[in-house]
Amino acid sequence: MYEFFKNLDRRWVFLLMLLAVAVPILLEAKFPEKATGLATAVFTEVENLEAGAPVLLAFDFDPASEGELGPMATAFVRHCCEKKLRMYFLTLWPVGPRMVEDAVARVIKADFPELKYGDDWVNLGYKSGYEGVIKVIVTDLKQLYTTDHFGTSIGNIPMMEHIQSVQDFDLVINVSAGYAGTKEWVQYASTPFPNIRIVAGCTGVQAPLLYPYIPSQLPGLLGAIKGAAEYEKLVLDKYGANHPVRDADGNPVLDEDGNPVIPGKYLEGIRRMGPQMVAHILMIMLIIVGNVIYFVERSREGR
Amino acid sequence: MKRTAPMIILALGGFVLLVAYFIPYTQGWGEDAALWFDILAAIAFILGGGNLLKIHLKKMSDKVPGWGYSAVCVASFLAMLTVGLLKIGVHPNEQFPDYRWSGTYDQVGSPFWWLYEYGFKPLTATMFAMLAFYVASAAFRAFRAKNFEAILLLGTAFIILLGRTFAGVFLTGFIPEDSPMAGLKLENLTMYVMQVFNTAGNRAIMIGIALGVASTSLKVLLGVDRSYLGSGEE
Repeated sequence: MYEFFKNLDRRWVFLLMLLAVAVPILLEAKFPEKATGLATAVFTEVENLEAGAPVLLAFDFDPASEGELGPMATAFVRHCCEKKLRMYFLTLWPVGPRMVEDAVARVIKADFPELKYGDDWVNLGYKSGYEGVIKVIVTDLKQLYTTDHFGTSIGNIPMMEHIQSVQDFDLVINVSAGYAGTKEWVQYASTPFPNIRIVAGCTGVQAPLLYPYIPSQLPGLLGAIKGAAEYEKLVLDKYGANHPVRDADGNPVLDEDGNPVIPGKYLEGIRRMGPQMVAHILMIMLIIVGNVIYFVERSREGR
Repeated sequence: MKRTAPMIILALGGFVLLVAYFIPYTQGWGEDAALWFDILAAIAFILGGGNLLKIHLKKMSDKVPGWGYSAVCVASFLAMLTVGLLKIGVHPNEQFPDYRWSGTYDQVGSPFWWLYEYGFKPLTATMFAMLAFYVASAAFRAFRAKNFEAILLLGTAFIILLGRTFAGVFLTGFIPEDSPMAGLKLENLTMYVMQVFNTAGNRAIMIGIALGVASTSLKVLLGVDRSYLGSGEE
């Protein structure tokens, strides 16, 4: 056994990881979530806004990190829709417009068709320049954004009428996968202009780098899929039953307990925590086995 | 002149942005400089594309080992560029039905959208997902408790790995929420590590980096450090 583990082919490790991720997905394993302070802070920031308040949603991520950030983007958009906030989407990443369109199709077009483009939500699209874009739009948004993503003049979009700069938004929600992202929004928006409030969702590797900005420059932060799951839980607890799965006749589909079935897209974060938990346990086991081998080897060598 | 002009432009741009931050009267200058930067960043895409073509076409013509990858890169680049720039298969915008190019390049159903949805998206997601396999393999082979620092790192890793999932809640679920020992619950320990040790360490590193950036930037702005101009040889 010792010799087997000592010379373990890494393909066995790959196979174990595949099973650790695949089995919980196939078994649809879900575990209870409890929101931490940071997720609650993000939820409260959105929840405290009045209906009709303008909110800037900056989706600075790409398909590579969609697995981690897609669920929180969905939860953010849903929460804004439920609160009837006016949503302004933009992105600093070249493929970001597709991330915006995906979230819009998943939530607004599917479950909130009454929300009208130009009155309730607008997609301002992508602009090159990374933090250079932030530096300009914090004082003059229309200097850079003369049209929306679809080429419509900003002057013809009713909800842009009272927006001069990022300072006119009641909240900035940033979903970030790296540069340019939350760090740049904090450094170039909320730090020089403390009236700009920012909450964010970010990848796991980014989260430790953003903790130093909490709480004064960044009141709330969702870290990775865990943060998304916690935020989803808070949104579901408050608005869960509002948009259940419906049958062909438009009636809500009920589960075995008689509760309305919630669409899977609003449970993605919670669902993805299952594979993550098993994968984490596997990692710990691999580290322990690796260390046992190391110490046995060392004692045999008499060191 | 070849080196002096970029130095003057850099010093001018840098000092304008610096002054604009501290003197409210000059704030507009800073905004103008930032706008120029955004325009330059857009133009840089053309330079970037040209550079990519130059490097990979050279690799292909020299038939260096792995030149086939360069061919795939160039073909993919040109395919995306062509369908995107020419808006192939894009329907006109409803507001301007008479103008064929008035639709957006990434319209659902267009060839650009198709390449993105079924080529780019799964490929990039796969690349990112493969990290899980390599991290697991690396953890098994390299994460050893060789000394005190490594033991600390291992302990922290275990706390975070467990505390960020339901496993942590389950393992220390026997500790009551309101007991004085509640801080030892894995999910609370995780938050403590992140908010205290991580924040303190990161703040120290960030302040150090900021001081380094400030001194390096001043050297660049004053023309003391000219390494960004290259050696001057072609």
